[in-house]
Amino acid sequence: MATARGWVSPSVLPGFGMTLGFAGLFLTFIVLIPMAALIMRAASLPLDEFWRIATEPRALASYRLTFGASFLAACVNAVFGFIIAWTLVRYEFPGRRLVDAIIDLPFALPTAVSGIALATVFAPNGWLGMHLESIGIQVAYTWVGVVVALTLIGLPFVVRSVQPALEEVDVSLEEAAESLGASRWTVFRRVILPTVLPSLATGFTLALARAIGEYGSVIFIAGNLPMRTEITPLLIVIKLEQYDYLGAAALGLVMLCVSFAMLLSINALNGWRIRRVAGRR
Amino acid sequence: MAVADHLIRRQQNPFVRVVLIFVSVLFLAAILIMPVVSVLGYAFSEGLGVYLNALRSHDTLAAIRLTLTTAAIVVPVNTIFGVAAAWAIAKFDFRGKQILITLIDLPFSVSPVIAGLVFVLLFGAQGWFGPWFRDQGIQIVFALPGIVLATMLVTFPYVARELIPIMQMQGREAEEAAVSLGAGGWMTFFRVTLPSIRWGLLYGVILCNARAMGEFGAVAVVSGHIRGLTTTMPLQAQVLYDEYDLVGAFAVASLLMLLALLTLLLKTLLEAFGARRRRA
Repeated sequence: MATARGWVSPSVLPGFGMTLGFAGLFLTFIVLIPMAALIMRAASLPLDEFWRIATEPRALASYRLTFGASFLAACVNAVFGFIIAWTLVRYEFPGRRLVDAIIDLPFALPTAVSGIALATVFAPNGWLGMHLESIGIQVAYTWVGVVVALTLIGLPFVVRSVQPALEEVDVSLEEAAESLGASRWTVFRRVILPTVLPSLATGFTLALARAIGEYGSVIFIAGNLPMRTEITPLLIVIKLEQYDYLGAAALGLVMLCVSFAMLLSINALNGWRIRRVAGRR
Repeated sequence: MAVADHLIRRQQNPFVRVVLIFVSVLFLAAILIMPVVSVLGYAFSEGLGVYLNALRSHDTLAAIRLTLTTAAIVVPVNTIFGVAAAWAIAKFDFRGKQILITLIDLPFSVSPVIAGLVFVLLFGAQGWFGPWFRDQGIQIVFALPGIVLATMLVTFPYVARELIPIMQMQGREAEEAAVSLGAGGWMTFFRVTLPSIRWGLLYGVILCNARAMGEFGAVAVVSGHIRGLTTTMPLQAQVLYDEYDLVGAFAVASLLMLLALLTLLLKTLLEAFGARRRRA
C-alpha cells in the first residue's frame, strides 16, 4: 500500500492514507486556507499603506503594551513559577496535592471568567484593589492590571515546564558539591540552575507566546484606553467592528509573524533541552 | 562527613522552606484562588434566589444552549482529527511530519482574535466566500457555523497533543503483531490501540471540551453579539458585565468555573488512575 511511495517508510500497519488524508484535509480547511486568507488580504495592501497602518501611533502604543506587559508577566512567572515548582518538588507540606492540582486552573478556566474575576477583585472597590488603592497602587484599568492578567494565564506554562526538570536533578550531585564545601547558594547556581535552565527558558517562552495573543482575560481589567491600555488584539477587534477589514488584516499579519517567531523559538528551545538531557546521559 | 552534611541541611533548610512555601501559597492565593472565590462571592451576593433567577433568564438559557450545541459539534470532530493525526504521526515515518506537528501546535501561539479574524476575512460580507454563501442564503459569520469554525481552530490541538506522546511511547510492536496475526485495521485500533490510550484520550477530550465551551476571543470576533442568538456563555458573561449586571455575569461565570473545576478534578483522578494502572 503505502510502500510504493518514496516519502514514507514501509510499514505493515494500515490506515496511513486515511488518517493522514483526513488530518491533512482538516488542517487545510481549518488552518491553511484561513491563514492564507489573512496573509493575502494583508498582502493586497500596497507596501507603504501596510507600513502606515502597522506603524501608526495607536498601533505602536498597543505593541508596546502587549509585548512589554507580556515580557514582564513572563518574568514574574519565571521567578514565582520556579519557586512554586521548587516548593512542589522539594517540600512536603499539608495541601501540597491541592496546590499541585490548582496550578492547571488557568488552562481550564475560560479567559472571560478570569477576566471579569480579576477586574472585580482588583477594581478600586474590590477585595484586593481596596487595599492596594489605600497604599497608592492602582491595578485595574492600568498597565499593571494587564500584567496581572497575563501572569495568571502564563503561570502553569512555567510551573509545568520546570517541575519535571527539577525532579530530574540528581540529588547525589548536590550532596557531592556540598560535601566539597559548596554553599547552598553555590549549589543552586552551579548545579541546579544549569540543569533546569533550558526548561525554564521553554516555560518562559511558552508563557510569553500565550500572553502576547491573550484577549479575554485582559480586556476587562485593562480599561482599554487608546494609546494607554489598549492591547493589539483589542485594536484588531475594534478595527473589525468598524468594518476596517484591511486594517485588521494588516495588524493580524504583524501578530501572526510574531506568533511564528515564538513558535520557532519554542522549537529551538525544545531542541536545546533535549540535547542537554541527552548530553548528560 | 555524612553526618555533617545532614546537620548543614537541617540548619539551613527550615527557614528557606517556610519562606518559599509561604511565598508560593501567597502568590497563588492572590492570583488564582482570590478570583475564583470572588466569582462565587459575587454570584451569590444577593442570595440563592437571585442567582437562580439570573440563570433562568431567556438570554442566558439561550447562551447555555448555544454553548452546548457548539461543543457537541466541535468536540467529536476534533476528537476524530486528534486520533487520526496521532495515528499517522506516531505509527508511521514520513517526510513532512515535523511540518504537520508544527501546524498542530500553531493555535497554541496564535492569538484567539486572529483565529476569529481569519474566518471573518473568509466568510464576512467583504470576504472571499462571503458573497457566494450569502447568495445561497447561508449565514456563516455572526451565526452558528462561524462560531463552530472559530472554536474548532482554537481547540483542535488538544486531543492530538495529548495522544501523540502516549502513542509514540507505546511504539508499534503491538499493532504490528495484531496485523500480522490477521486483524483488520479497525479491529487493531479498537482492540489493541484504544485500550492503551483511553485515559489519555479521555483527558484530551475533557480538556478540548473545557476550552471549546469557554472560548472567548475567537468567538467574540465571529459572533456579532446578537443577544439570545449568537452569544455563547462566555460572551453572555461579558454582555451582562458590561451592563453592570454583576450577579448575572458572575452567575454565568460560576457555571463556567464549575466546568473548569470539574475538568481539573477529572484530570487529577485520571492521572492517579493511570499511575496506579502503570504500577500494576
